[in-house]
Amino acid sequence: MSKPFTPKVVTANALLEGDVIYLTTSDEWSRDLAEAEVIEDEAHGDLRLLHAMSQPDHVVGAYMADVLVTDGAARPAHFREEFRTKGPSNYNHGKQSELN
Amino acid sequence: MYQYNDFDRDFLAERNAQFRAQVERRIDGSLTEDEFKPLRLMNGLYLQLHAYMLRVAIPYGTLNADQMDVLADIADKWDKGYGHFTTRQNIQYNWPELRDVPDMLDALGEVGMHAIQTSGNTIRNVTADHFAGAAADEIEDPRPTAELLRQWSTDHPEFQFLPRKFKIAVTGSPNDRAVIKAHDIGLRMVTKDGAKGYEVVIGGGLGRTPMIGKVLRDFLPKADLLPYAEAIVSVYNLLGRRDNKYKARIKITVHENGIETIRDLVEDRFAQLKPLFKGVDQDMLAGIEDQFKSPEFSTASLAPFKEAYHSDPVFRSWADTNLTAHRNSDYSIVSISIKAHGQTPGDATSDQMRVMAEIARELAHNELRISHEQNVILPHVHKSNLPAIHARLKDVGLATANIGKISDIIACPGMDYCALATARSIPVAQQIATRFDALKLEHEIGDLKIKISGCINACGHHHVGHIGILGLDRAGVENYQITLGGDHTETAAIGERAGPGFAYDEIVPAIERLIAAYLDLRDSAEERFIDAYRRLGLAPFKAALYPDTSAEAKADAA
Repeated sequence: MSKPFTPKVVTANALLEGDVIYLTTSDEWSRDLAEAEVIEDEAHGDLRLLHAMSQPDHVVGAYMADVLVTDGAARPAHFREEFRTKGPSNYNHGKQSELN
Repeated sequence: MYQYNDFDRDFLAERNAQFRAQVERRIDGSLTEDEFKPLRLMNGLYLQLHAYMLRVAIPYGTLNADQMDVLADIADKWDKGYGHFTTRQNIQYNWPELRDVPDMLDALGEVGMHAIQTSGNTIRNVTADHFAGAAADEIEDPRPTAELLRQWSTDHPEFQFLPRKFKIAVTGSPNDRAVIKAHDIGLRMVTKDGAKGYEVVIGGGLGRTPMIGKVLRDFLPKADLLPYAEAIVSVYNLLGRRDNKYKARIKITVHENGIETIRDLVEDRFAQLKPLFKGVDQDMLAGIEDQFKSPEFSTASLAPFKEAYHSDPVFRSWADTNLTAHRNSDYSIVSISIKAHGQTPGDATSDQMRVMAEIARELAHNELRISHEQNVILPHVHKSNLPAIHARLKDVGLATANIGKISDIIACPGMDYCALATARSIPVAQQIATRFDALKLEHEIGDLKIKISGCINACGHHHVGHIGILGLDRAGVENYQITLGGDHTETAAIGERAGPGFAYDEIVPAIERLIAAYLDLRDSAEERFIDAYRRLGLAPFKAALYPDTSAEAKADAA
């Protein structure tokens, strides 16, 4: 039996800046995980990933990343994805300085 | 040092123009990422966790003041005001935007620098002893050899699609400061019957399958270098595995086929290639050697140095720790620590780069080096200039007296930047440095090499650290394995794994227990950590790392 599908977001890097980006329900790309579409269904997830991968002029390396959802808010399931939402831990660079 | 001629300048301008057009075609959609990726990698451009990263080669670690100034300008104009010096004598910019990279490469080209072959399955930046041309123990300056290899390997048509990356290091001294036994080809200059040549070592490497290189030829005449190197790489190019990325490096080719088989194949190929090299390479080498002339040494009085040494304890501590013997006894080799306690190992701000450039220009024969240990070297400093240099360095936070000590840690960028990393390295290095600084134990502990990698690929050389730390992802949590007894020098050795890994918040206390055990066990203050480890073996250090386990074992035995 295959594993049950866990919530995911579609993420990638922006072609021009290299920034971490997330696919939203309105087909935009956001820098903020809070604005990402949380995908609860595997078949829908496959479609969303295909949609992301069909935009090679804007995004690089799209994939689905696991998230944990509490009270409707998604946070990364893995520490690597958590770094991607914030930036490096040695300087206040990247999203942690740009989003606030 | 080597000055670009018209050929070099034209080649670089042409190459940069090609890459500019490739970037434009990627942005307008004519090139897919799959098509573009190998092109950007050939020009040093990665896509990392948070942004693009441009890796710029500093061939054999040598640069002049103008070049360092341009590195600073690039950091300010197209990055966040700093750069990261790496274990392969490169500098990495962590935040460039794709559109700006061609301009960055043009700026580098203006001062004879580039990012060519700092990535991809090609012959990478050729590295060398960072004390080259200055060290007291040197047989010959290895940099002309390294420059000849750079020119030969750059855009070499046969070697642009090797099975895997290929790294060459050269040392001119019996004391190996270039980690040549952990390279695909390591060259050590030796003499035989009065003639100069190379001991050729191949098949060394770290990564997931660490191996110490094996001697392929104990003496290769200098004039045979290029045909012999070409023979080695061409044998590898045909024989190296392309079915499995993890078995594709030459160390595996040597391991699977045996050094004797490889030697026979290389000698056969060499016999074919040798007649094709009709001496042009030797003419070029002679031209290169002319450009690596020794500086005109000053004969000024040493009084300012002696006076400062006796009157200023802070200067004296720095001088005792950060200076190395120069072949001219009135001179010193200065290692500038880019490892102030709590700072990111290898990072320098643009202001710091400019100060180092200015010092080199005014007080140190216009030469700088980047070491594989992620520090900056002033190779030729008359001792009378040391107090002034120390004062200038102190003003910009570069006068930390910790070279070769516990806080002089090699650390790869780890998961703070690198897309391949499985755990962070930088914060572990920062915490070890600040912890032992707070304990005021650094100089008591003495010489010690801690090397940290954030994944199995071992950019942080953890296998050859006296204490190696490897960061892994264990079930979604950062976990750090400790290896002990590694050695990066001419007596190279791979460290031994001490036992189970430690969680992120347990790794610094574990190192502290290890060091406490060493201080307790050493037979004198002169016995270094590595010497004590060799004398006593793993057991007492393991007991210190895992006190609960060893207490249980004792209880069981009782």
